[in-house]
Amino acid sequence: MTQSADAAPETGSPLPQFPMRRTCPFSEPGEYAGMRADNPVSRAALKVNGKPTWLVTRHEHVRQVLGDGRVSSNLKMPGYPHQFHIPEEMLAQVRLMMLNMDPPEHSAQRRMLIPEFTARRVKEMRPRIQEIVDERIDAMLAAGGPVDLVTALALPVPSLVICELLGVPYEDHPQFEEWSAAMMNHDLSPAEYGAAVQALDMYLDKLVTLKETEPGDDLISRFLEKNRTEQVADHVDVVTMARLMLVGGHETTANMIALGVLALLRHPEQMAELQADPALLPNAIEELLRVFSISDSGTARVAAEDIEVGDVTIRAGEGILALNNAANHDESVFPDAGTLDIHRKEARSHLAFGYGIHQCIGANLARVELEAVYGTLLRRVPGLRLAAEPDELRFKDDAMVYGVYELPVTW
Amino acid sequence: MTADPIGVPLMRVTTERDRCVGSGQCAMLSPEVFDQDDEGLVTVLQEEPADELREGVLQAADLCPSRSIRVHG
Ligand code: HEM
Ligand code: SF4
Repeated sequence: MTQSADAAPETGSPLPQFPMRRTCPFSEPGEYAGMRADNPVSRAALKVNGKPTWLVTRHEHVRQVLGDGRVSSNLKMPGYPHQFHIPEEMLAQVRLMMLNMDPPEHSAQRRMLIPEFTARRVKEMRPRIQEIVDERIDAMLAAGGPVDLVTALALPVPSLVICELLGVPYEDHPQFEEWSAAMMNHDLSPAEYGAAVQALDMYLDKLVTLKETEPGDDLISRFLEKNRTEQVADHVDVVTMARLMLVGGHETTANMIALGVLALLRHPEQMAELQADPALLPNAIEELLRVFSISDSGTARVAAEDIEVGDVTIRAGEGILALNNAANHDESVFPDAGTLDIHRKEARSHLAFGYGIHQCIGANLARVELEAVYGTLLRRVPGLRLAAEPDELRFKDDAMVYGVYELPVTW
Repeated sequence: MTADPIGVPLMRVTTERDRCVGSGQCAMLSPEVFDQDDEGLVTVLQEEPADELREGVLQAADLCPSRSIRVHG
């Protein structure tokens, strides 16, 4: 049987709405299991604008779609499944980030950036990352509990790591941190939020201009240097690339830090095992990435040609959400997928960093950050505990990247 | 096909650099066999890795997001 998004639905019932809510922070939305079993490639309506999209839920199919050269990441293509409102005029103006480019533009920019994120380069960043983590934990311990782990640790660590990466001068770090935290603060008024976004954009613009005349030992300077011969980007593209590092690497890592700590606090036996044997940490991190799959619908595409996925033909121009949280709970790959198990053998097969040509370029960096944070907390703050009732915690149910707003802890 | 001294056929690893997207999954998972060069693209350190490295190599091949790694034998 084949069907397409504009064919009449068999039952005439209205389409399910997307996004769907997670029933509990440690599980996928309740609808996913049924979809994976009965209707693995199915249609839904986007809450933000009522437009139809395909939802892909099986591990095998998510890999297939994200590995298919006939799908596009270009958010300007009609049919792209937008998850927040962007006015048409604004969309036309948007400068595409690498995340939303297709080959050959995507490949050209990605090739300029991958040397910055190799396994070796990331290993070299480890000591500095450890220092950042230790400084933050020193400050936390000096202040005394209870503290909000999100503001004390989860937000500053990845923000400072991106400062290092981009070569933000040391004296600007506090300001940079304040703006990038403001961009993630959902309690700000639209005006305050807008002001932070603008201030940060202006700052990045200034930073790129500075690097054009006074290059340093950093990603932006090396990008500019290579660009002199490769000529793939203009000034605005470089500013946009710098912003992508922040968009891609800040809130994601921050949310994983806080959720991961929460998960360990809620699974004390597994936390004790990690305390006793830190060598278990790398696999535990893969399992936490799998269980939370915080960027579930970040892997959005639009078909550039007709493609077959399972029994379904997705027509050119139709939107696709290749749901990595659904894939990461596929029982055919992850038996007992709803259970957190730091020893899970197949944990690394998760798709929380995506798959295919856009697979997270910062994945190995994120792994090192998570290992430094979790490892240091387990070692230096062994008495860490929640300072709130679990049911008082507020989760980012409607956000593009899943997380927890505050995580009060003490020790 | 090459064989080790007792005649067990070795596996052979090849990569397609043109496809590689430099995610470094392979170099992280199986650093004895895979590395990334100055451009961040995959290079093979041992084309015929010993059998005890098989599991890591097969996993790297499976997890490579651009299917750039082939294992023969
Ligand atoms: C736990 C933390 C992280 C998660 C869960 C995550 C998740 C993802 C996902 C799912 C994608 C693929 C999007 C797609 O296929 O369309 C992606 C791409 C990307 N991520 Fe991450 N990410 C994380 C950390 C980071 C860090 C630390 C950085 C950099 C400092 C980063 C930078 C990027 C960039 C630049 C892309 C675009 C790659 C491309 O288009 O080729 N991410 N990320
Ligand atoms: S895992 Fe694949 S894409 Fe990533 S560096 Fe290795 S060969 Fe390249």
